[in-house]
Amino acid sequence: MTKVILPPLGEGINKATVSYWFFKVGDKVNEKEDLVELTTDKAAFNLPCPCTGTITQIILSEGQEVQVGDTLAVIE
Amino acid sequence: MKCRVFDLGLIDYSLGRRKQEEVFTGVLSGEFEHGLIICRHYPVITLGRQAKTNEIIASKDTLAIKRIPVYNIERGGHITYHGPGQLTIYPIFNLELLKKDLHWFLRLLEESVLVFLKSFNINAQRRTGATGVWVGENKISSIGIAVRKWITFHGLSVNILSSDLDNFDLIMPCGMPNATTALEKELGSIVDIEKVGESLLESFIQIMPGRYHDDKSYFAPIR
Repeated sequence: MTKVILPPLGEGINKATVSYWFFKVGDKVNEKEDLVELTTDKAAFNLPCPCTGTITQIILSEGQEVQVGDTLAVIE
Repeated sequence: MKCRVFDLGLIDYSLGRRKQEEVFTGVLSGEFEHGLIICRHYPVITLGRQAKTNEIIASKDTLAIKRIPVYNIERGGHITYHGPGQLTIYPIFNLELLKKDLHWFLRLLEESVLVFLKSFNINAQRRTGATGVWVGENKISSIGIAVRKWITFHGLSVNILSSDLDNFDLIMPCGMPNATTALEKELGSIVDIEKVGESLLESFIQIMPGRYHDDKSYFAPIR
């Protein structure tokens, strides 16, 4: 089981907003594929998959805020 | 390896978007470390990720008569307008090689515009809590980026000619009044946009960090 965690996106950036999931629960994903798009200020950032596997949980949905270090999804 | 500069002149927005993908692929594959596109666009409205459709205040008929298309795009930020009187820069930069910091990069883009305007003796400013560049109360440069695999795309536009400013009345970013200005308006004299484009590139070279700073050959233009 691998948790998808919001990494640091820069100095002073503590949170971002989930703007788009490229996959849904049950989808197979490959390492380094774009998994979720997050927005902060005037930047949209695509977070890549940390590993290959199947998405078993999406914890934060589109429109929700996420803090650096929070878990966004789980991949098994 | 060099930063490839692509000077595309006046082009359709969709062509510029495709070119960004091409340059992005070049950076991702390691063909070159960074890429930079400079161009101008035929009139177009783009909606960033934070934009709402009510930020377009012109009717569909008005946009059709003016032949201004609207694109939803993947950059951060609200609505903006691009036109032939603006210079638009798309820095396709690999932040893995510079600094993995989104806001640092936004501030770097602002800095390039401030340096550029300073070369015309125009004192422009940032605004706390906002992204972009203003001269007094009027916005002169809009900035919005997207980042995939720590490689940036989209970027910034600077209003150069006064002729385009009326079209900003078609939109209302963030529901706020949209006071804008242009280099030509600030100088009070006619500006050659092609020459000014070279100055904007010079400003980019000046603000690039580290070893790129003094190496103009690093920015090898492909026209």
